[in-house]
Amino acid sequence: MSDTSPGLETLNYSLPGQRPAGAFAPVLVGVVGSGNLEVLLEPAAGTQCDIHIETSARGFGAIWEAVVRDFHSRHPLAGVRVSVNDMGATPAVVSLRLDQAAAELAP
Amino acid sequence: MNRTNWNTKADNRAGRLARVAEALGTQRAGKRVATEAVVALLEAALEPGDRVCLEGNNQKQADFLAQALLQVDPQRVHGLHMVQSVLALPEHLDIFENGIASRLDFSFSGPQGARLAKLVSGGRLEIGAIHTYLELFARYFIDLTPKVALIAAQAADADGNLYTGPNTEDTPAIVEAAAFSGGIVIAQVNEWIDGKTTALPRVDIPADWVDFVVVAPRPNFIEPLFTRDPAQISEIQVLMAMMAIKGIYAEYGVQRLNHGIGFDTAAIELLLPTYAESLGLKGKICRHWALNPHPALIPAIEAGWVESVHSFGSELGMEDYIRARSDVFFTGRDGSLRSNRAFCQAAGHYACDLFIGSTLQIDLDGNSSTATLGRISGFGGAPNMGADARGRRHASPAWLKAGREARADRSGSAGTPRGQKLVVQMVETFREHMQPAFVERLDAWTLQEQAGMALPPIMIYGEDVTHILTEEGIANLLLCRSDAEREQAIRGVAGYTAVGLGRDRRMVENLRDRGVIRRPEDLGIDPREATRNLLAARSMRDLVRASGGLYNPPKRFRHW
Repeated sequence: MSDTSPGLETLNYSLPGQRPAGAFAPVLVGVVGSGNLEVLLEPAAGTQCDIHIETSARGFGAIWEAVVRDFHSRHPLAGVRVSVNDMGATPAVVSLRLDQAAAELAP
Repeated sequence: MNRTNWNTKADNRAGRLARVAEALGTQRAGKRVATEAVVALLEAALEPGDRVCLEGNNQKQADFLAQALLQVDPQRVHGLHMVQSVLALPEHLDIFENGIASRLDFSFSGPQGARLAKLVSGGRLEIGAIHTYLELFARYFIDLTPKVALIAAQAADADGNLYTGPNTEDTPAIVEAAAFSGGIVIAQVNEWIDGKTTALPRVDIPADWVDFVVVAPRPNFIEPLFTRDPAQISEIQVLMAMMAIKGIYAEYGVQRLNHGIGFDTAAIELLLPTYAESLGLKGKICRHWALNPHPALIPAIEAGWVESVHSFGSELGMEDYIRARSDVFFTGRDGSLRSNRAFCQAAGHYACDLFIGSTLQIDLDGNSSTATLGRISGFGGAPNMGADARGRRHASPAWLKAGREARADRSGSAGTPRGQKLVVQMVETFREHMQPAFVERLDAWTLQEQAGMALPPIMIYGEDVTHILTEEGIANLLLCRSDAEREQAIRGVAGYTAVGLGRDRRMVENLRDRGVIRRPEDLGIDPREATRNLLAARSMRDLVRASGGLYNPPKRFRHW
């Protein structure tokens, strides 16, 4: 993204989904504030779960990957785009927000 | 050796008193010394090399006497050996810079820890040892007896009786040691009561134990150290508090306990009248406390959860509330709190079944420490609260259950039946700025090398830690039967830290099957239900409201 500010780090993951989410109204949980994050779920074409992360805390790629993979093993969503806007939340808070967002999709 | 004089202490004391009488002249009337004569008083009463206790814990400070000590003539008074609980004020270290003092035995140096480390490495100060509070008080009666005690009280009467107000804290222990070993006791007070038209509300220290009293120009400093604004408690802390209540307090039936300082344990206090109540735990847990008067405990007290609280010190703003709840708190005939750090530390060590508190680092053996590089800080009372009381002999269900878990299937001395104190370390896996709470090696080891200490400064030994609680789950170390199991139990709750990511997944799942590790879902807790709405108070204003307007928070906590 051209308008990404220099302090931010961008991470992208695309994981094969197993549970098609179908059509749904976009889900937004959390707030962008210090130590917190915003998670937006939107329907997407295909069977992948695409996760796009923008974070103010640089250099934690390995931890993000582990958090994202654990989330995906709990909720193997398919056809979903996940956008994360993070302001230095701990992995515990990130996992909680992701689970809160996924719970909104549960039938 | 043919000793001819067995009363040198009494002679020495008489000499000091005579010197004071001569130096002060009309600036002294009985025990009362004029405020402006305080430096002359100290110069006459002190001798080079004296062991001196300057009162100051992390709340009450004899700040006026500390400032006066800094003004004495170093030609007359030098090389003092300071024996004191806490180094809190800059003056506590200034006296080492100008040579008035040279040796130090203490317990905690919180805000002065970095400067203390510099003075030690620069050779300006020699540390005898870093103690726990109880340990230091104990040594006052063995080999670190103060020759001169400089203490703080609220008021004195004409005879020299002292009223400490709610912050009695360390004063009785210090005065007892000095007054009964030929020492000199000097008190700073905020006000003078003539004893005729006005009387002290109560006597905390009898006049017979006090030599001189000086009215300080300003009230002694008191830090509101135990006030935690509920607005700052996070959802993760609520989740961890739910796990503590359901997975530990309810599991063991913990009736008597001590909480550390911090938001994690404040969250537990605020969940008692809500979440714990919904689990039907009222009357079954948390009835008796060794605890400062935490404002966060107000909702639980109001809901009838708490039978008694004995306190190390007091807390600013809680005075009227305590007065109105004398069934719960230890109060004098005057109605105000009587705290006593020495007794409360003993109570926390011997009479409590559980300690729960936070830390900065935990290693793979479960050793935990708040020591960080470049600082010499000590641990105050935490090592006594967070240690199994090996001398304990009375039984309680919680203590017996912990002991059974630790000793099951063991033989010989390790299998001899006895109880064990529950010592819980409650930490989020990452602290602020993504600092991991779990580490392969504590900073304490490097600090030991740098400062030339005999031992690494470990706050709570892994041997004493029974449970580690994080947002990922509870590790019950009582159930571990080998160092390898213990390591995996710790890794298994260490989240996404390097220590946590380095776990043996199969072994961790096995430990979970055995109940050594319990996740929120194993406890029937859905993390999505851990919201701030569960807190009985979500702001300082809520705490004031819960107290019926009796709690009066210090200005800095009033945001409305």
